[in-house]
Amino acid sequence: MLIRRPTDLTYSDVSPKSVYTQRREFLRAMGLAGVAAFAGASAWRIGMPFDEVHATSKLDVATKSPFSTTEKETPYNDVTHYNNFYEFGTDKTAPAKNAQKFRTSPWSVSVEGEVKKPRKFSMDEILKIAPLEERIYRHRCVEAWSIVVPWIGFPFIELAKLVEPTPIAQFVAFESFFDPGQMPQAKYSGLEYPYVEGLRLDEAMNPLTLIGVGMYGETLPNQDGAPVRMVVPWKYGYKSIKSIVKIRFVAKQPPTTWNRMAPREYGFYSNVNPNVDHPRWSQAKERRLGEIFKRPTLMFNGYGDQVASLYNGMDLKKSY
Amino acid sequence: MHALLNSKWSKPAVFLLCLLPLMVLGWEALHGELTANPIEFITHATGDWTLRFLVVTLCVTPFRKILHLPELIRFRRMLGLFAFFYACLHFTTYIWLDKFFDLSEMWKDIAKRKYITVGFTAFLLLIPLAVTSTAGWIRRLGGKRWQQLHRLIYFSAALGVIHYYWLVKSAVIRPLTYGAIVAALLLWRLFASLSKRRQLRVDAVAVRPVLNR
Repeated sequence: MLIRRPTDLTYSDVSPKSVYTQRREFLRAMGLAGVAAFAGASAWRIGMPFDEVHATSKLDVATKSPFSTTEKETPYNDVTHYNNFYEFGTDKTAPAKNAQKFRTSPWSVSVEGEVKKPRKFSMDEILKIAPLEERIYRHRCVEAWSIVVPWIGFPFIELAKLVEPTPIAQFVAFESFFDPGQMPQAKYSGLEYPYVEGLRLDEAMNPLTLIGVGMYGETLPNQDGAPVRMVVPWKYGYKSIKSIVKIRFVAKQPPTTWNRMAPREYGFYSNVNPNVDHPRWSQAKERRLGEIFKRPTLMFNGYGDQVASLYNGMDLKKSY
Repeated sequence: MHALLNSKWSKPAVFLLCLLPLMVLGWEALHGELTANPIEFITHATGDWTLRFLVVTLCVTPFRKILHLPELIRFRRMLGLFAFFYACLHFTTYIWLDKFFDLSEMWKDIAKRKYITVGFTAFLLLIPLAVTSTAGWIRRLGGKRWQQLHRLIYFSAALGVIHYYWLVKSAVIRPLTYGAIVAALLLWRLFASLSKRRQLRVDAVAVRPVLNR
């Protein structure tokens, strides 16, 4: 059931103060008044009720996770109005506009390939695979901006247990929904569709790897990958594929969309790594949305304790 | 049409029109419409408008000839200066809001990142054109040399397009559209100058018998 989102939002009440404080710090730091109009903009915007609200519904979350960061969450309005979802257009604000009529119900995900029990899951079944957890993760885009998102979902390994991968399975291939009728902007984006992604099996089975079904206490908005997506927090954002319709356990490394488009620029692994630049820009720093100054990017996006061992003995400059 | 273009109000009107993109940006800033990443948004908007004004400036001569509207020349300097104005805003956004006046960081960026190298070069090429845009400088340089110098705008526009093309991730349609327009405008000039040269030769041949007599 879909219900209209209520307008009395808690995050929009909370955020302005800190943003105003930031603005004052920035103005003091620059000592110049001309920037006021520009810097004040984000504060003004966050303080305003947002438009283009789309229908999401509440999700009950059973548990909070020890994997969650205590960093400040990015305002909901930013996470829903600054998106890369090229099927709905390449401008950051395009998905919020163009994905509104995207039909995400009924929905099913086919899980197949090298598994003992291949199966098609309805969305209702997916929501019941495991207790839903909230995981507040850092999310780092390859374009050097980042956000902090309270995702809702469950570990990918719970799904794998149900379908029982055979020993032949070494990788997992994911495929997004694609319908040129619902996504007319896709043809201008320069990418091939459907969007495909992949993980090594041990990466997919890592406890951090999440099947995401919601965020901020609710189901996913269309532009954020409704109704079901991956969340792989130590990799660049494009590895966290959206609006999944197919999951395939396979023996060989599967093709991935951005790698196919520019293999020198986007590798299969795509781990967040401040020491390996994108050929055209630096990855050493990132701008957290809502902040003025860039902050240093962390190795594995700060999740090294959980995932560094996956890459022992690998040259991450070569396996970028 | 001629009367409209020659009217004393036409220049102020075009001036205000050229300021409109900046006013829109200011309006968006006041209404919180610069997206969640205002610095990126401002950088892209000012960059876009630089390219657009370069294109419009390059349109003046072909349009004058093709549409038989010689009075369009009245606006060329202003349009070119507005291209430079938006380029300055674009560069200022970069060095101030992106690099925070960290000059060593900026030089490293310019040397290392190809798209910044070409973008910065495109900007540098516009500086002598802005400086020598006055009537005094045209006189000092002489019309011919002045004109030769101002052909730098061809390179600036071409580098501007490359700058854009090299920075997008996959959506190359927009930079390629700019590229096609700039290429068409430059090719028109090439053909115009070739046919003019041919015309001169034909004239010379026609004149020779007269001289021989």
